[in-house]
Amino acid sequence: MPGPQPVEGTKVTAVSGERSSPLLRASTSEVPDRLFKSAMTVCGFAVLGVLVLIVYELISGSGLSWHAFGFKFFAGSDWNPVSEQFGALPFIYGTLVSSFLALIIAIPLAVGVAVFTTEMCPGRLRGPLSFFVELLAAIPSVIYGLWAMFVLVPLLSGYVQPFLAKTMGWTGLFEGPPYGIGMLAAGIILAIMIIPIISSITREVLMVVPQHQREGVLALGATRWEMIRVGVLRNARAGIVGGIILGLGRALGETMAVTMVIGNRPEIAKSLFAPGYTMASVLANEFSEATGDVYLSALVEIGLALFLVTIVVNALAQLLVWSVTRGQPARGHA
Amino acid sequence: MPELAGNPSAQPPVSQISWRRRFTDHFMTGVAVLTVVLVLAPLVAIFGYLVYRGLGSINWAFLTQTPKPVGEPGGGMANAIAGSVLILGIASLIGVPFGVGAGIYLAEFGRNRFGSAVRFTADVLNGVPSIVIGIVAWAILVRGRGFSALAGGVALAIMMVPTICRTTEEMLLLVPRALREAAYGLGVPRWRTTLSVTLRTATSGVITGVMLAFARVAGETAPLLFTALGNTFWNLRYDQPTAALPLQIYVYANSPYDDWHRQAWAGSFVLILLIVSSVAAVRYAVRRGTFGTA
Repeated sequence: MPGPQPVEGTKVTAVSGERSSPLLRASTSEVPDRLFKSAMTVCGFAVLGVLVLIVYELISGSGLSWHAFGFKFFAGSDWNPVSEQFGALPFIYGTLVSSFLALIIAIPLAVGVAVFTTEMCPGRLRGPLSFFVELLAAIPSVIYGLWAMFVLVPLLSGYVQPFLAKTMGWTGLFEGPPYGIGMLAAGIILAIMIIPIISSITREVLMVVPQHQREGVLALGATRWEMIRVGVLRNARAGIVGGIILGLGRALGETMAVTMVIGNRPEIAKSLFAPGYTMASVLANEFSEATGDVYLSALVEIGLALFLVTIVVNALAQLLVWSVTRGQPARGHA
Repeated sequence: MPELAGNPSAQPPVSQISWRRRFTDHFMTGVAVLTVVLVLAPLVAIFGYLVYRGLGSINWAFLTQTPKPVGEPGGGMANAIAGSVLILGIASLIGVPFGVGAGIYLAEFGRNRFGSAVRFTADVLNGVPSIVIGIVAWAILVRGRGFSALAGGVALAIMMVPTICRTTEEMLLLVPRALREAAYGLGVPRWRTTLSVTLRTATSGVITGVMLAFARVAGETAPLLFTALGNTFWNLRYDQPTAALPLQIYVYANSPYDDWHRQAWAGSFVLILLIVSSVAAVRYAVRRGTFGTA
């Protein structure tokens, strides 16, 4: 029976074709998939777009000031909105000095806390301790400022500054009337604010140091501190530096707390007791009240400078942290 | 053989570690403990003052009234609390979809050069000072139009996106491949798999990221200074200047009046309560959740 065979055969293929076609159609129809992919790509593109927008707005907004002052803008120390003379040096100086002061205070404390939580403290304390340190990061800047104004500043002017003036006044860094408000207060409050960042990144980096490094050094007869110094800190150096630079980036851009305690006077003074001004503070204080195109443009240029500095600092920090933790899954104790 | 036998005794016994090394060891342990104390002291001091000054200043008027004119005691921050809710609502409405979408893009389609560029950009955006984002929001939405809650919300949304995007990506990548492949094997299209299998599995982790971003921007003041501006009256319209809790705290803290200082502390207490409770809720959810313990 050669006749029916092909008929049956076609029947079978027809049936199987009918059955598989909805499934096949579902998997080959790419329209919803493509739509989904392009929608998600748009979201990804939006992230890039925002950065481009920031750069564009800052550059176009600062053009007027750039044409008027050029590089002198960053070298002049005269900030006079009335005569439309703008030099940003006092703000740059204030930003740098307050941030470095913050780093000097924060680095030993943050690294100490990280070493204690990863290497020394009993396992039960680890979770709560890191939680409390990270809680410091959850406090808003404006509340730090409020606390600094009403608690830290009186403390400084009443006790700390007279003491510093008496014991270390000869350095010239601690001279002048102890008002409390000034560079020192800004540095201290910034230090408190950046400790959680430095500390949590240092902790992360210390935890990716392989356990056998520690065991090896201990087996050679080292004490615990020698083990930490030789076996742990030395291996994690690059990552810790990355964390510190990330903290610096945060300190450079910090606005509210600093504005509330630094004194807001555009002067360059050697003494840390003297009031100062930072780039972020001048934006906070003057931007919404700025009249005149050149004035506004000068402020936007300060914003641009702040943006560029923090970008460079953060990119550097990312690279350093990646160089240590790359390929290692983050091990959280949280 | 004699060498082997001699080896254990060649190691110095513990007592032979010189006193200097032992002293250094103990000393450094002491230093580490001291740093912990020094770091936790401000934390305790800040929370102590918030409770001491803030809790005592909260009353019914504070929570229900608008600010009184200068010099008149009383009044409250009800409009600022409502304004904060409005601005944060706008920020979440814009920031969460874009952040989660960008995270999905990075996790599912982002294994290429454009993906790396987005990833790097998100990390860069995370480090941009908030006041600079305020300037940009001002330039786009305020210049020529006037201050508005919308501009403030957009500024905060820009700050939320990078955090949400990166945590979403991380959480989606933790979902086992086998789960996706099982869905593909059943003939489920890719978009459906991503939304109802991958994203669904990672929900609690993604929510953690969203809440962390929310907590971060909830206390932001700098980007609101010249976008939402602040307002002493009620406003719930998106296109008008709007009060916000952090702004009001800033203005009151800088004022010379004791009564306003008292209200600044009370406002801070309400703000920190909002933030800490959301962070604590996140930690609780992460602990309880089936996912996102990384």
